[in-house]
Amino acid sequence: MLNLTDKFLELVRLAATSLPPDVEKALRESVEKEEPSSASRGALETILKNVELAREKSTPICQDTGTPIFYVHYPQGWSTIELKAQIREAVVEATKLTYLRPNAVNSVTGKNTGDNTGDEHYPTIHFEEMEGNTLSVDLMLKGGGCENVGAQYKLPNSKLDAGRDLEGVRRVVLDAVYQAQGKGCAPGILGVAIGGDRGSSFIASKETLLRQLDDKNPDAELAALEDTLFEQANQLGIGPMGFGGETTVLGAKVKAVHRLPASYFVSISYMCWAYRRRKMTVIGDNVIYA
Amino acid sequence: MQKLTIPISDDHIRSLKVGDSVTLNGTMLTGRDAVHKWIFDTFIEKKRAPEGDDQEVYEAIKQILEGGVIYHCGPVVAGLDSGDYKFVAAGPTTSTREEPYQARVMQHFNLKGVIGKGGMAGNTLAACRDVPGVYFHAIGGAATLIAQSVKEVLGVHKLDFGVPEAIWVLQVEEFPVVVTMDSHGSSIHDEVDQKSKKILDSLLA
Ligand code: SF4
Repeated sequence: MLNLTDKFLELVRLAATSLPPDVEKALRESVEKEEPSSASRGALETILKNVELAREKSTPICQDTGTPIFYVHYPQGWSTIELKAQIREAVVEATKLTYLRPNAVNSVTGKNTGDNTGDEHYPTIHFEEMEGNTLSVDLMLKGGGCENVGAQYKLPNSKLDAGRDLEGVRRVVLDAVYQAQGKGCAPGILGVAIGGDRGSSFIASKETLLRQLDDKNPDAELAALEDTLFEQANQLGIGPMGFGGETTVLGAKVKAVHRLPASYFVSISYMCWAYRRRKMTVIGDNVIYA
Repeated sequence: MQKLTIPISDDHIRSLKVGDSVTLNGTMLTGRDAVHKWIFDTFIEKKRAPEGDDQEVYEAIKQILEGGVIYHCGPVVAGLDSGDYKFVAAGPTTSTREEPYQARVMQHFNLKGVIGKGGMAGNTLAACRDVPGVYFHAIGGAATLIAQSVKEVLGVHKLDFGVPEAIWVLQVEEFPVVVTMDSHGSSIHDEVDQKSKKILDSLLA
């Protein structure tokens, strides 16, 4: 099996220092929607300057480089034990090179391990065996400030008059955006999962954040819900950093997963504007980054 | 964009209104949870007696805080081995954690400005009116850009609190911030919260 440690290191560097093109494009388009010389427009302009500078200098876009979450799709016959060891080594190296801030804290002792490796859940690595002979690895760096404003609702919710249907989903998601205000470093991106158990629901809500901002949900009903959420969340007028304005979210992505008859969860993972996700694909000896 | 020089005069503070974008220039300190608690317990409430270099550090920071600015920030710093410190990434941290201390700290030092993110609550807003002072919102996540505006690290106190928690003395130029709480009782955070609540109610009606 190939040793891909260096390739994983490059994936981490790219994710931490270079915002994906679709996100940068959405931010640029948002600037035009904000009033000239308003605080919200200024915030977006500062964000964009920072994005350019970080890429140029190859330094972290944000000092909170988040939880590294890897999604590995591997061909038959590859060893996940080896892949995991290589990924962990790359993360340690990336921390030494200050692409990542040491973020793994022991929850009992409060001690920071200093190298971004912790127990088997840190960094988070999801493995999925695939047909064919291509290895593809997605990496998302999920910041703490935005993770703190994520939310999970159990429907029905009488306070929000939210029943077990897509209208109920709309109601709780808008409530979550209101509760978050600017605290998750708005403009944010909403990763929403409907169904599952509490755990699988949150996992699915993060998976939706791997989608491109401008793609379309193949499910017509969910596509319509995404459009509504995007539009109405922006109507709230919270704006960049919570300064007020037109741009509260850059997108909303929804996924439905099967659930128990007894449970109906809606999980919202809020992603900050520093929406760091990158992909690497390995075909034979070729490694492609996107 | 207005350029402000630290120390900031009362007249300048009173001329600032929420929504104003300004840049800060001059000498400032970083201080977050550990620093606020240390100041509060040792020199304001006097719950504990000064020990070690406490008194010395207090005298040093007092001069910078008079008419000055404190920054809620836990930076990534290079050059820790050599002592030739350089800020690599230095975005703001969430300010509400300092709400229990901030008003008293502002009054104690005649502190004119607090920089952070997310805004603060009623006690701090009242202190902004009385002292007078303002809350400056830095752009969350703009870590590389802000580090760039730190021209020089003039020194560090209380490094034993840890790198993010220490008191870093900084020379800054063109540090970009927005006034989100002013000395006239206005807070963008309260306004936006109330407005968005109304819109939410209508969207859920
Ligand atoms: S929420 Fe995102 S942009 Fe804001 S500080 Fe955290 S990681 Fe950085």
